[in-house]
Amino acid sequence: MASLVRSWIPLLILQSFLVAVAFGSKEAEQFSEALLLKPLPDRKVLAHFHFENRAPPSNSHGRHHHLFPKAISQLVQKFRVKEMELSFTQGRWNHEHWGGFDPLSSMNAKPVGVELWAVFDVPQSQVDTSWKNLTHALSGLFCASINFLESSTSYAAPTWGFGTNSDKLRYGSLPREAVCTENLTPWLKLLPCRDKDGISALMNRPSVYRGFYHSQRLHLSTVESGQEGLGSGIVLEQTLTVVLQPETTSVETNMQPSWSLSSLFGRKVVGSCVLAKSSNVYLQLEGRLGHESKNVDTEIEAHKLWKNADFDLSLKPDRVLRESSGLLFIFDIDKSSDSEPFDLGLNWKLPSKWSCQQAPLQASRFLMGSGNERGAIAILLKATESQEKLPGRELTDGRCTIKANIFQIFPWYIKVYYHTLQIFVDQQQKTDSEVLKKINVSPSTDKVSSGMLEMMLELPCEVKSAAISIEYDKGFLHIDEYPPDANQGFDIPSALISFPSHHASLDFQEELSKSPLLSSFKEKSLVRSYTEVLLVPLTTPDFSMPYNVITITCTIFALYFGSLLNVLRRRIGEEERFLKSQAGKKTGGVKQLLLRLTAKIRGRPIEAPSSESPAAESSFLSTKLIFKIILIAGAAAAWQYFSTDK
Amino acid sequence: MATEKRDKEEEEVKTDDGSLKIKPRPIVQLGIFLVAHSPVFSVVFSAAGVLALLILPLLAKNTYISENALMPGSARSMLSNRDVSDGSKLVKDIKNYRLNHEGQGVEVQKLIGKYMSEMGAEVYYQKFHPEGNQFHPLHFFSGPDSYTLLDNVSCASYGVNVAGIIRAPRGDGKESIVLVTPYDFINGGDYEALSLGITGTLFSLLARVTWLSKDIIWLVADSRYGDYRPVAAWLTEYHSPSFKDSDLLKCGELNTADKFRRAGTMAAALVLKVDGRSERFEDTLSIYAEASNGQMPNLDLINVVNYLAVHRQGFYVKVEKVVSLLSSSWLKIIGEIFEAVGKLAHTLNPDWNFGIPTADYLEGSATLASSLYSQALGIPTGPHGAFRDYQVDAITLKVSPRFPPDSKTRQHDFFLRGAKLLEGTIRSVNNLLEKFHQSFFLYLLTSPSKFISVGVYMIAFALLVASLPMVAASLYIDGCKALNNSTLNPAGNFKSWKWLDAAKQVFALHLFGLIVTLLPYFICQVPGQHSPSNRSIMWGTTSSSLLLITFATIPGCSPFSSRRHGTNWAVLKSVTISAAFIGLCLMSIINFATAEIGALLLVPTCLIVQPIKPALRSRRIKSLLGAFCSMVLLTIGFPVMLFAISKGLFGEGLVGLSLGGEFWTWLESLWAWKSATYLYIGMVHLPCWLLCLCILFHPS
Repeated sequence: MASLVRSWIPLLILQSFLVAVAFGSKEAEQFSEALLLKPLPDRKVLAHFHFENRAPPSNSHGRHHHLFPKAISQLVQKFRVKEMELSFTQGRWNHEHWGGFDPLSSMNAKPVGVELWAVFDVPQSQVDTSWKNLTHALSGLFCASINFLESSTSYAAPTWGFGTNSDKLRYGSLPREAVCTENLTPWLKLLPCRDKDGISALMNRPSVYRGFYHSQRLHLSTVESGQEGLGSGIVLEQTLTVVLQPETTSVETNMQPSWSLSSLFGRKVVGSCVLAKSSNVYLQLEGRLGHESKNVDTEIEAHKLWKNADFDLSLKPDRVLRESSGLLFIFDIDKSSDSEPFDLGLNWKLPSKWSCQQAPLQASRFLMGSGNERGAIAILLKATESQEKLPGRELTDGRCTIKANIFQIFPWYIKVYYHTLQIFVDQQQKTDSEVLKKINVSPSTDKVSSGMLEMMLELPCEVKSAAISIEYDKGFLHIDEYPPDANQGFDIPSALISFPSHHASLDFQEELSKSPLLSSFKEKSLVRSYTEVLLVPLTTPDFSMPYNVITITCTIFALYFGSLLNVLRRRIGEEERFLKSQAGKKTGGVKQLLLRLTAKIRGRPIEAPSSESPAAESSFLSTKLIFKIILIAGAAAAWQYFSTDK
Repeated sequence: MATEKRDKEEEEVKTDDGSLKIKPRPIVQLGIFLVAHSPVFSVVFSAAGVLALLILPLLAKNTYISENALMPGSARSMLSNRDVSDGSKLVKDIKNYRLNHEGQGVEVQKLIGKYMSEMGAEVYYQKFHPEGNQFHPLHFFSGPDSYTLLDNVSCASYGVNVAGIIRAPRGDGKESIVLVTPYDFINGGDYEALSLGITGTLFSLLARVTWLSKDIIWLVADSRYGDYRPVAAWLTEYHSPSFKDSDLLKCGELNTADKFRRAGTMAAALVLKVDGRSERFEDTLSIYAEASNGQMPNLDLINVVNYLAVHRQGFYVKVEKVVSLLSSSWLKIIGEIFEAVGKLAHTLNPDWNFGIPTADYLEGSATLASSLYSQALGIPTGPHGAFRDYQVDAITLKVSPRFPPDSKTRQHDFFLRGAKLLEGTIRSVNNLLEKFHQSFFLYLLTSPSKFISVGVYMIAFALLVASLPMVAASLYIDGCKALNNSTLNPAGNFKSWKWLDAAKQVFALHLFGLIVTLLPYFICQVPGQHSPSNRSIMWGTTSSSLLLITFATIPGCSPFSSRRHGTNWAVLKSVTISAAFIGLCLMSIINFATAEIGALLLVPTCLIVQPIKPALRSRRIKSLLGAFCSMVLLTIGFPVMLFAISKGLFGEGLVGLSLGGEFWTWLESLWAWKSATYLYIGMVHLPCWLLCLCILFHPS
């Protein structure tokens, strides 16, 4: 029996495979892995892991996946996600040194914390519901508090400012989310080889998180097949961008540090992931134009490219591509094995200096004003040095202009006064009509929804700096709306500055390779940059205060009801009559004395006859009172003495 | 407050003539009792208030780190000799450059800028104009961003600050810590350059550490025009920049337009200065914390610095004190009495350990007096004051090394220890997730490690002012009685409005006080250059003529008016005391120390003052003594007199005739710093003093 089963199993597997081939798509699921390494001008090294997983369009019934993660495809089917991007980032992208005008930075420079946006393929009325469900699903999938984006106060629906024109787009970000391995592990689980084999085996957690910047990104988009009865295909793109500091022993500050994969990650690549269609390592060197020669056909010329006076590579590249600003070395890691691991190294011999291409305008954002009442947010756009060289200038009415989109979400407790928007171009205040081409504002509602501002600025090409300021009032939160550590302040998510007329792409002079990484670089991507997250100190109560407030309130209530009851209950006339009769009966005593005292103070003659003189009475009272006080004080002192002496 | 309530109730009892209340409520009884014996109680309360103030050094508690996240001194210092040699090199470079080159220029700034950028920091230069603060009465309490920029800026004088920012490698850039070293690039001495060495050493370390979570800003402030102004100008540019075109940017060859960089919300700021040689064996570290209007940084910041300086780096830490008090014999006697009482109490119960040695008491009192005085003055004691305007906790650390500035061997050790202290402090602040909020903001220091919290020191003030409403009520009753007896007023139904005449007079004089307060603004507007003495004479003459006009126009206001118009002096005194009470209570909310010192002066004067004529007529020793006391108190109470006495007390010599001029300069500094003390002197102290004068010369 057992042998029968054993013989059947391979048959079944074979059959299922044949079925999949026959009824499935024309093209099979594909997975590819790539790693791009790039030395940065400030002596750091950028490592960009890129994994692409394609599920072709197929019949949605009875669908099975070979490589594509089931969790993601279920997500797409369930919430009808058309396009989605989720990123976890720690650290800041340094636009000045790490570039701002290449596909790598415009796609992978993300705001601190978690950012999520998604486009849905559902009727307009269901978009918000789908978004909320999606956030919860992702929250579970990635072990992060993405579910906080569910609240309508934390997300927005950008119309055109985000770059993707869709009314079914939702965008939200959590600047305070801490990113760690617990987010990376589920992300790796989506890969067919996880981090056991192939390029992803390099992801040694300590070295990844030791970096200056790391951003893990998950981008998925559905591809419509266009055929009847066939579902849509999904393209899942997973990237991890890390900026690392190679350890150097040299003290020379202008010398670029030499590094190898093993020195950066502490691991080596031992063969590719067997399930991957292609697995390549790329090394991008910018600013290597000096060595350009017309033909690289000769072996010596090619050899000179990777082993020359400036630097040498430890391995021979399989191919060398040239693009407009530098060289791209391509390595195939299929050849590597346990005995001969792939350990690419770059050894600098001479000091070398270059600069990255920057976005036309560099954006920074800051808070203005002081105090807990009001303030202003300012966004400063400064022209970069590379601005003149960039393409993408437009001529409108004979003027050369740069377009810049600004997209900003304001939490509701930042009550922005949109009419206070001021725009300065080159230190001159401009009216809105001069520079503002388009603006879309959706004001916030207290505790219900966040505010959003989308602007399109049209600045002259020769602009040196532009500043936008907008004033706000700080709101008050209810005591239970304060997050933990409320005294830190409250975050305003990053603003997104994009340049709709500028597109970044790598322009290879040779024919395009089939690698997904390179094709994604070749595509024109919108140049965008995120500004810093801002911290607004709001008025925070002393959180022990509620107890004090409760005590005071109770006291006031007690006093109020006590006196009210007194007024309602007591019959003053009766009491007075009673007291008068009492006074008639008995002379002397404290009451009589006080009566006399009041009379004395009022300067009215005393009505009742008295036997003793008032002075004697008062002195008698004083001695009595003093005696009483002394008695009590003595008792207290004695009690104190005996209670503490033990 | 309770007494006031009592008074109200007590008044209710009196004005209600309808039916005789036979049994007043106990609280009313107590009120009546207090009012009836107000002379005794007022003396007791005032004496207790003064005693409570004197006893404060005994009640001081040891400071403690309230915020657990600070963890001072828990991490090992990472400073190495390489960092120190970097710092020493910077100092040497600057010194060499200064020796070989003379003149204005911004080369020294560029030298520091080069050093910073070599360390990997983002560097920028900022130009500022030396004159910033202008007195404007309407801007008194407004924020720091409201003063307008001067339109026609001349390039003749401007300063240039250098600032470098180290971005935290893995930080999110939301918060920053600021280090400030004021340095005069033209005339700075050798000691001043040492502060650059310490910070340079630290900067070299911070540029390569990985534990930073907040960005570090190092500001080298151009202290050519004072320490405060460059820091304030930099902060203004940081928090409320003007995006408009400014002429200042075009001055000089250095282009600073659009170069300013920021680094998020400031968590804390440390100002480091090195000056003079320490008189003691150890290096001395003085902590200055008072900002404008008596605002203090969070006590935790002082605690961290003090803890690290004393227990880790072995500095001798001190805070400012009134030196003349240390040798005063009366304070010594009081200290001895307290010591004896403390010893006695200790023998009675070994748990009662409140007695402290006389020397400690003297030290504590001198420090406390200085702390009170600096807070009351409302003028920041250093550049850290500029940060307080933006709710940033900041202190100034003034280090005095024990070696002469050219000693190379000692310098290395000094840099190492100074930088270690700053490193520890920055590391603690860096640990903070929230901004400083755990510890005290309202406190007085009696030593770097001892403080008195608000709950304790307000008792003295409460006791002092408690007697005022009591005496006011009692005087009012007396006055009403006297008025009833003397003039059998037919309009008996207006009896309860007797205070109205007196209130008119009090109001008129307060109005006069307000005008006198605002006068300096108009005097400043008078064209032409005037010396401070001339200005003070102008002020004095206009004020006194205004006073005469007030007396002449408002009937019954003058003490010299005929008796018919004159109000009863008791009622007048009662209203005066009420006004003083309200003024002091309001001031205690704005600046407690001012109110405390003001109460010490105003309360005895208000209580003791009585018409001098009857006293002279009666020729009894008691009345004559009272008259003499009130005369003395009134003489002391005159603001100019007070200024002269405080000058004498703080050991600063007076140059005879220039008193008026000095007084003017002093007041000018008060309003330039937006000190509420100025308003207090003009609007509470001066009118009350004048009213007391009116009572003294009352023709009754």
